[in-house]
Amino acid sequence: MSASSAPTASAQTLWQVPKAWLFSSIGKKCVVAVTGLVMVLFVIGHLLGNMTIFFGPGAVNAYAMHLRDLGPLLWVARLGLLGAIVLHVYFTMLLWKENSEARPQKYAVAAPMNTTVFARTMRLSGLIVLSFVAFHLAHFTWHWVQPGHAAYYAEVDGRRVHDVYSMVVLGFRNPLVSFFYIFSLGLVAFHLSHGIGSLFQTLGLSNSTLRPALETAAKVLAWVLFAGYSAIPISILFFGLGKGIVP
Amino acid sequence: MNFTLRVWRQNGPTDPGKFEEYPATDIPADASFLEMLDIVNEGLIQKGIEPITFDHDCREGICGMCSLTINGVPHGPDRGTTCQVYMRKFKDRDVITIEPFRAAPFPILRDLAVNRSAFDRIIQAGGFISERTGAAPDANSVPIPKPVADAAMDAAACIGCGACAAACPNSSAMLFVSAKVGHLGLLPQGKPEKNRRVLRMVRAMDNEGFGNCSNYYACEAVCPAGISASFIARMNREYNFASALETVGAPL
Ligand code: HEM
Ligand code: FES
Repeated sequence: MSASSAPTASAQTLWQVPKAWLFSSIGKKCVVAVTGLVMVLFVIGHLLGNMTIFFGPGAVNAYAMHLRDLGPLLWVARLGLLGAIVLHVYFTMLLWKENSEARPQKYAVAAPMNTTVFARTMRLSGLIVLSFVAFHLAHFTWHWVQPGHAAYYAEVDGRRVHDVYSMVVLGFRNPLVSFFYIFSLGLVAFHLSHGIGSLFQTLGLSNSTLRPALETAAKVLAWVLFAGYSAIPISILFFGLGKGIVP
Repeated sequence: MNFTLRVWRQNGPTDPGKFEEYPATDIPADASFLEMLDIVNEGLIQKGIEPITFDHDCREGICGMCSLTINGVPHGPDRGTTCQVYMRKFKDRDVITIEPFRAAPFPILRDLAVNRSAFDRIIQAGGFISERTGAAPDANSVPIPKPVADAAMDAAACIGCGACAAACPNSSAMLFVSAKVGHLGLLPQGKPEKNRRVLRMVRAMDNEGFGNCSNYYACEAVCPAGISASFIARMNREYNFASALETVGAPL
């Protein structure tokens, strides 16, 4: 064998074993669980950041400015998240395909047998959440939905920065936008009601004693996240948060 | 008691199959589900209709041969085997839908009987331990902590009936395979092959075309042996560990 062809041959054999793991039933689910966990951690962090809105325009605008100041680091996080979403969706759709092939003929009588509605609707909740993520980016990041809201500026530490506070307040004053967000956040909570508990089982970090506790904690976390996120549109729509802001 | 049965009739593996309705009349409340089918079959034979084919053997809840999905639940109401279901569990004049275990790796042979050899092939791939022949070793010569022995016994209760895969919306066989992997891997006698076993059995399971585990836990809800889905978490752990060893080329 020539020296130049040797590395490719060994790279192929090196890849064979991890590939067998990756595309095994357990490996695929581990990818879903790890990428799901990455997104859960993001969702927690994102909520903590969003809570600055309750401390006034100065707080949230400074938070947004510092976030954008991260520059290349922000891009690392964005690409990481994008990678997690792509892998999560790719592997869940692959699982969906294989799982339907394994049950080509459904039972005439459907019985739940202890499965939860959260678990049975993972594909639906996941796909709607995916379209929500696209909408959310188009709305607050790319300003396609309410383009006028991109043009607000505020001053933080003497710097002219994008006025996130006004954008969010004016955005959520539209009841249609608010209700769509709350509905979608409800589906995220649905997805996570099963997902957070499930990931521990998938990664083998569970046993008979831990499982009930993990599942309860997962449901509580899922709906606490929902309460936290939806507090923002609800406060704006019904409790006059940011009522001083005029378009 | 009287019932109306909606029974899946299928004339062979390639026949598309369909439901047929049969009355089940004058059934003693204390007849088992399989005895009820025996009575119905007697009637069918007298009418010159091909009797309903279904699997059974011990009729004592031990062997795991009886199958059937009754009103959407493998083995029917109560967590036990079909042979241990009694007609008093149903209400008079109930309509009872009877289907075979449905999973692509369990092809239907005829009517309600399916071929569960896929499980045998998974066992052949690694569901064994290597023992030298000779005189029986002294009892208790291999010390095993009580909690470990208990956990291994819990897993060993699996009778390989296939209800887990039949109940799982994905037709996943993870509960069965994890019970075998857990049972043998927990005990010192099974430890030498632990890593090779889990890799081979999971691969054999995947090759048979069983689905992936979505942590629905329907398997655990119907298992007549009461196997806990926590054995699945344990197997995931073992499989990932063995895969890591294999990746770095460590001895398995
Ligand atoms: C973007 C669109 C999404 C789709 C299409 C999707 C789809 C799915 C599906 C089908 C499953 C179940 C897989 C199975 O067990 O067979 C799943 C699991 C999961 N998802 Fe998602 N999901 C999406 C977004 C998210 C997001 C945004 C999060 C977190 C914030 C998330 C977290 C999880 C977690 C933690 C699991 C559990 C993993 C496990 O069972 O081990 N997903 N997802
Ligand atoms: S026939 Fe043996 S367990 Fe039911």
